[in-house]
Amino acid sequence: MLSIIRTLWDVFLHAFRRRVTIQYPEQKAYLSARYRGRIILSRDPEGGERCVACYLCAVACPVDCIALQATEDNTGRRYPEFFRINFSRCIFCGYCEEACPTYAIQLTPDTEMGEYNRQNMVYEKEHLLISGPGKYPNYNFWRVAGVNIGGKDKGEAEREAPPTDLRSLMP
Amino acid sequence: MISPYPATTLIVVLIGALTLAGGLVWGERRLLALWQDRYGPNRVGPFGLMQTLADMIKLFFKEDWIPPFADKWVFILAPAIVMFTVLMSFVVVPFAPGMIISDLNIAVLFFLAMSSLGVYSIVLAGWASDNKYALLGGMRAAAQMLSYEVFMGLSLMGTVLLAGSFDLVDIVNAQRHLWFVVPQFLGFVLFMIAGIAETRRLPFDLPESESEIVAGFHSEYSGMKFGMFFVGEYIGILLISSMITVLFFGGWQGPLLPGIVWYFIKTFFFLGFFILLRASLPRPRFDQLMDWGWKLMLPLALANLLVTGAVKLAFFS
Repeated sequence: MLSIIRTLWDVFLHAFRRRVTIQYPEQKAYLSARYRGRIILSRDPEGGERCVACYLCAVACPVDCIALQATEDNTGRRYPEFFRINFSRCIFCGYCEEACPTYAIQLTPDTEMGEYNRQNMVYEKEHLLISGPGKYPNYNFWRVAGVNIGGKDKGEAEREAPPTDLRSLMP
Repeated sequence: MISPYPATTLIVVLIGALTLAGGLVWGERRLLALWQDRYGPNRVGPFGLMQTLADMIKLFFKEDWIPPFADKWVFILAPAIVMFTVLMSFVVVPFAPGMIISDLNIAVLFFLAMSSLGVYSIVLAGWASDNKYALLGGMRAAAQMLSYEVFMGLSLMGTVLLAGSFDLVDIVNAQRHLWFVVPQFLGFVLFMIAGIAETRRLPFDLPESESEIVAGFHSEYSGMKFGMFFVGEYIGILLISSMITVLFFGGWQGPLLPGIVWYFIKTFFFLGFFILLRASLPRPRFDQLMDWGWKLMLPLALANLLVTGAVKLAFFS
């Protein structure tokens, strides 16, 4: 019986403690920077698109919600002709972000994507592309890639040694 | 004896009881939330006050389905009995000096009779549903309510002995010098426990908790019939709080403020206490509940009555 009285007193004291409710939408919960929310396509620090349409994210996706088509511009730089993510299928696992070699596709801490019409949940490239570098501000894939694009020759990328001349006899 | 303005008092009490029950729906949710470190409904109106209205509108719009295998007229009758008996019990409760619908000279017996009739509603609901789980819930509710009603009556008899009358107005007046909670503390505790069991509140809400786990006596009820059970339960808590204040805490007596205000302060205090019980206590098993009722509470009630009677006989007559 005494334990019952003590329980009643303890529960009564809860009236004087702060409430833990977060009053959405006036207050929002804290989401960390690596929270797996809405997917974006980022640009490199010089302003060009990072995505090289390598199809790795589409292959890695467990529910096949990414669709894209590669094409080249006149300097030889690959980019996606269209890039479509079906957010009604996406499970926000982050496998596409892990698979991407250029840090193009990223998951951001934004979860407010409710729609009334299911067709509005299919995001095209113009909805996904952002104007900044996202979570990785200093990375430009074309500076470390060993191809002849972006004003540098083979062998002139960062941390790359020049190619050896196979036809010369000199060591 | 009937009060000076019976029709007005009747309408005021009827509307007041229903409004307070509606307010209690809101109040219970907010108080439970207060004690559970969260907010209750706070979106629908200012402080969520329109929540009850929204719930009632939803209940009215639900499909009023009677199972084809159910006993139709008994099915419809059962929730009506609940509302009827608790509202009838309010006829004899004195709110303030002169503010009572009917000053019956057997008011306590009338209240006990009405609460006994309330058991019928549960049993009939469980029976008429033609559903094994509803029947089980109804039978358990009947067993619980019957066994706790036995010592509810006995615990009240102490106050009747002290006041010398079954009339509630006389009982309130007899508490002029000392509230009956002091000499009859054991009776007060027993009556409170019995009252909680009668209205099927936690920790004695096995008939309803069955509905969380399995079904319970109101499993086949939807829409406004369920609403009647729901509101009837809240009016029942209001009734038990009123009876506790009238029988043990001096009713409308108190310094400075007018009588009706004291009555409401005391009733609301006990309503808050019932809600605190719901927020804090676990639910006992059914056999533990029945053991407690018959083996502990009933002997205590009898002992209380014996001692009260002996003291009154020895010293006061």
